[in-house]
Amino acid sequence: MTAIPVDAATSAPELPDDRPWRRALRRLVRRRGAMVGLSAVLFFVLIAIFAPYVAPYSPVATDWGAVRKAPSLAHWLGTDEIGRDVLSRVIFGARASLMAGVVSVLISLSLGVPLGLLSGYVGGFLDGLLMRIVDAMLACPFLILAIALAAFLGPNLTNAMIAIGISAMPAFVRLTRAQTLATKVEDYVEAAKAVGNPHHRIVLRHILPNILAPIMVQATLAIAAAIIAEASLSFLGLGQQPPAPSWGSMLNTAKNFLSQAPWMAWWPGAAIFVVVLSFNLLGDGLRDALDPKHK
Amino acid sequence: MLTYLIRRIAIIIPTLFFVSIIIFGLQQLLPGDPALALAGEERDPQVIAFLRHKYHLDEPLPVRYGLWLGGVLHGDLGESIRINKPVLDLVLEKLPVTAELAGMAILVALLIGIPAGVISAVKNGTFIDYGANVFALWGLSTPNFWLGFLLILLFSVDLGVLPASGFVPPGEDLGQNLATLVMPAFVLGNAIAAVMMRHTRSAMLQVLSADYVRTARAKGLEERTVVLKHGLRNALIPVVTLGALEFGQLLSGAVLTEQVFTIPGFGKLIVDAVFNRDYAVVQGVVLCTATAFIVLNLCADIAYFLVNPRLRA
Repeated sequence: MTAIPVDAATSAPELPDDRPWRRALRRLVRRRGAMVGLSAVLFFVLIAIFAPYVAPYSPVATDWGAVRKAPSLAHWLGTDEIGRDVLSRVIFGARASLMAGVVSVLISLSLGVPLGLLSGYVGGFLDGLLMRIVDAMLACPFLILAIALAAFLGPNLTNAMIAIGISAMPAFVRLTRAQTLATKVEDYVEAAKAVGNPHHRIVLRHILPNILAPIMVQATLAIAAAIIAEASLSFLGLGQQPPAPSWGSMLNTAKNFLSQAPWMAWWPGAAIFVVVLSFNLLGDGLRDALDPKHK
Repeated sequence: MLTYLIRRIAIIIPTLFFVSIIIFGLQQLLPGDPALALAGEERDPQVIAFLRHKYHLDEPLPVRYGLWLGGVLHGDLGESIRINKPVLDLVLEKLPVTAELAGMAILVALLIGIPAGVISAVKNGTFIDYGANVFALWGLSTPNFWLGFLLILLFSVDLGVLPASGFVPPGEDLGQNLATLVMPAFVLGNAIAAVMMRHTRSAMLQVLSADYVRTARAKGLEERTVVLKHGLRNALIPVVTLGALEFGQLLSGAVLTEQVFTIPGFGKLIVDAVFNRDYAVVQGVVLCTATAFIVLNLCADIAYFLVNPRLRA
């Protein structure tokens, strides 16, 4: 038996860092659609953050001399029924939409993931009970439940976000539970149990990190759905209240002036479409990148 | 078969029980005194006392739930405080309008989604497949109400070929009825077509790589026969059952579509009820949609069980 020289072992070329997350990131970067989506999302985030510096006018400043003016050099996207600049309102509207998308999904995640972990890990009667409640919530169509919740809570952006977050939560409970059920029988979880780790440690240190990938994908796609839901609630008058700008409420106003001022409907709708498309592209890319079957 | 049916129906009972708790619980979200909220602008103490007694608001919560559930089980969903009509009558009155719109939307979704999914799978990896995927993303990302506005601008304002809003019952004038529903049905069917296309594509890709399809090709069958008879017929089983799950999306979309095109259906009923603070109607509509969704899913599961021999084995 020949001994391996120490210097040969130490001087061996280092393997490239091939952790699963890095592999997934490399696969994500190679996906053109996902990168386009990510760039557009970042663009809208920057627009929302720097809205006061980017917008040419105040989003609530009225100009009675420029009521329903078509796009021009002074007002690139035209003006609305009380002379407010449409471009400025679209820019400031990004704040409400993106905030609603992110906050709603954070609410869904903060409720859905712990419940899913609990349901999947504990199992038994608690699992059955939680799943029946989730089934009941899933039976109420998403937007109809959100409308009902927003109606009973009262119409404003905060309540709209709570309503969307609660309505979207069951999908996260189901997903987390399914992933937990699959992961808790893995050898490394059994090993963690065997060495006497407490349950909370097993769940938080050994199961949760290993089920984050599909939850992240679902969260990205859920942001897109939440943005549409917020726009829908605002369009119905149950979200952001006037005069604060939001894309949905802008479309609600625009519906009364479709033939006289169609630009009032074009741009907020286009903004919703582009940002939702971007999140969908990013979500699809993430799903493919995190799926080991996709090379 | 019987065991499966019994087990499947047994799951429905607790689900419906929790649906009833959620819907009853909605009323508890009302800030402050529910009697004051139900009274709206009315501040007469006699009216408030009457409402408190009528809706049993002076009773403990479990008793109120029991009374409400008892009423629901006897077909009493409460009464609209604005229209002074039983909620069930209102729902049944609006149901045919939404059902016609939903039926036409499903037709649009099937006519676009399934052929697009089949072509996309057959031409996997080509420019056509790429185009079909772009269509699916477009359908999933376009807000219903915005697409409605764009269609109104094009077909009603610019071309003047279709009415922008309103509804004519089919019994009154079938041609006008179809004209009023073409745009709303397309708007509503568009997003579902995108989902159908994705389901069909993935089911077809799976089926087309199966051994029996290879055998069919090896026998020298025409590609058209292989795709339609051996591929599509088998791929459609999961597509149709997954399509049943889109019922919720259909109803959610109908709320917005009916608002854009001023169609007096189920969706408009709930939105009007929200603004009239007619909470019994809101609860009634949510209860009816949830029950319909649960029953439809049961039917889809049973259909899947019946048409898939492997599940029966």
